[in-house]
Amino acid sequence: MTEALIAALFVFVLASFAGFEVINKVPPTLHTPLMSGSNAISGIAVIGALLVSGPQESNLSVILGLIAVILATINVVGGFLVTDRMLQMFKKKEVKA
Amino acid sequence: MSDFLPTGIQLTYLVAASLFIIGLKKLSSPATARNGNLLAAIGMLLAIVATLLDRQVLNYQMIVVALAIGSAIGAIAAYKVQMTEMPQMVGLLNGLGGAASALVAVAEFWRLLGTAEPVPLDANISMLLDVFIGGITFTGSMLAFAKLQGLISGSPITFPLQQPINALLLISYIVGSGFLLVDPTNLPVFLGLVAVSLVLGVMFVVPIGGGDMPVVISLLNSFSGLAAGAAGFVVMNNVLIISGALVGASGLILTEIMCKAMNRSLISVLFGAFGGGGSAS
Repeated sequence: MTEALIAALFVFVLASFAGFEVINKVPPTLHTPLMSGSNAISGIAVIGALLVSGPQESNLSVILGLIAVILATINVVGGFLVTDRMLQMFKKKEVKA
Repeated sequence: MSDFLPTGIQLTYLVAASLFIIGLKKLSSPATARNGNLLAAIGMLLAIVATLLDRQVLNYQMIVVALAIGSAIGAIAAYKVQMTEMPQMVGLLNGLGGAASALVAVAEFWRLLGTAEPVPLDANISMLLDVFIGGITFTGSMLAFAKLQGLISGSPITFPLQQPINALLLISYIVGSGFLLVDPTNLPVFLGLVAVSLVLGVMFVVPIGGGDMPVVISLLNSFSGLAAGAAGFVVMNNVLIISGALVGASGLILTEIMCKAMNRSLISVLFGAFGGGGSAS
């Protein structure tokens, strides 16, 4: 195994622990918004898509990359906006009650 | 300058990853949730802008068009969706994210096919994992969306030999992966593996009832995080690996919390329809 891979594995495992720790005691009303927000973060795949569609030539690999950019951007933009809409409604409800 | 830019990109990635962690933390408490979502969105914007400055990225016109198309579709969908349709909306978006991760692996495979350079073993394994998780996330989420939206019946669908067929599919993926590790440029085997992962996603969600779909979507969300992490190993990018692991792990915890709130165990949600005809659901 290369040194870069080992470093990447370290990063992966430590970030997983951060993920396990960061979520605790979430009230049920926040389950869906939290799921939606973390879903938007998983749209980070857009970075990978940008990197593979980077070369300035049009072969299948770049075209697939560009499709991935579109899909991941829908995930990111839609995800964050939908989460915000949910949280907005959640706040209004509280004020009324 | 030539040395400064990559360092700047890496540091921006570090800021973005930190914003994701803080954002998730804030999202789990009512008072700070909206703020947390905003912070995570800023982190994403920083990561995208930093990547566009990468020297590898030259194809600006096409990429800007792709980003614009995706943003427009995402924004329109987010504003048009009914509040009651939120869970399936998340499922749909999640499926697209999974598809994007899987496509990164397919695109990278294609690039390596075109070059004469040998495929390194670790890149090969990462690609196989990415296709596997990304493919399952894509079709699984699409099916969950269809069930919740009422496009197909929400009731669990079971048929004879379901488990043996699933086991067979899983084994064929493992065997195919072994083949590809020995012969990394075998295109038919690679496409076969893509197909198997897509079918597995359908098979995974088909026996689960509509009422359990939010839990399944949460689990698939965790998967899409792992798929993004695997994509990070494919292109060796830290921000992808960190965010992927973060979403993968926190998604798993959230799934567990959601199950507990419903007084169910994850096992009974996933396999409830198997065996004795599903006692609860």
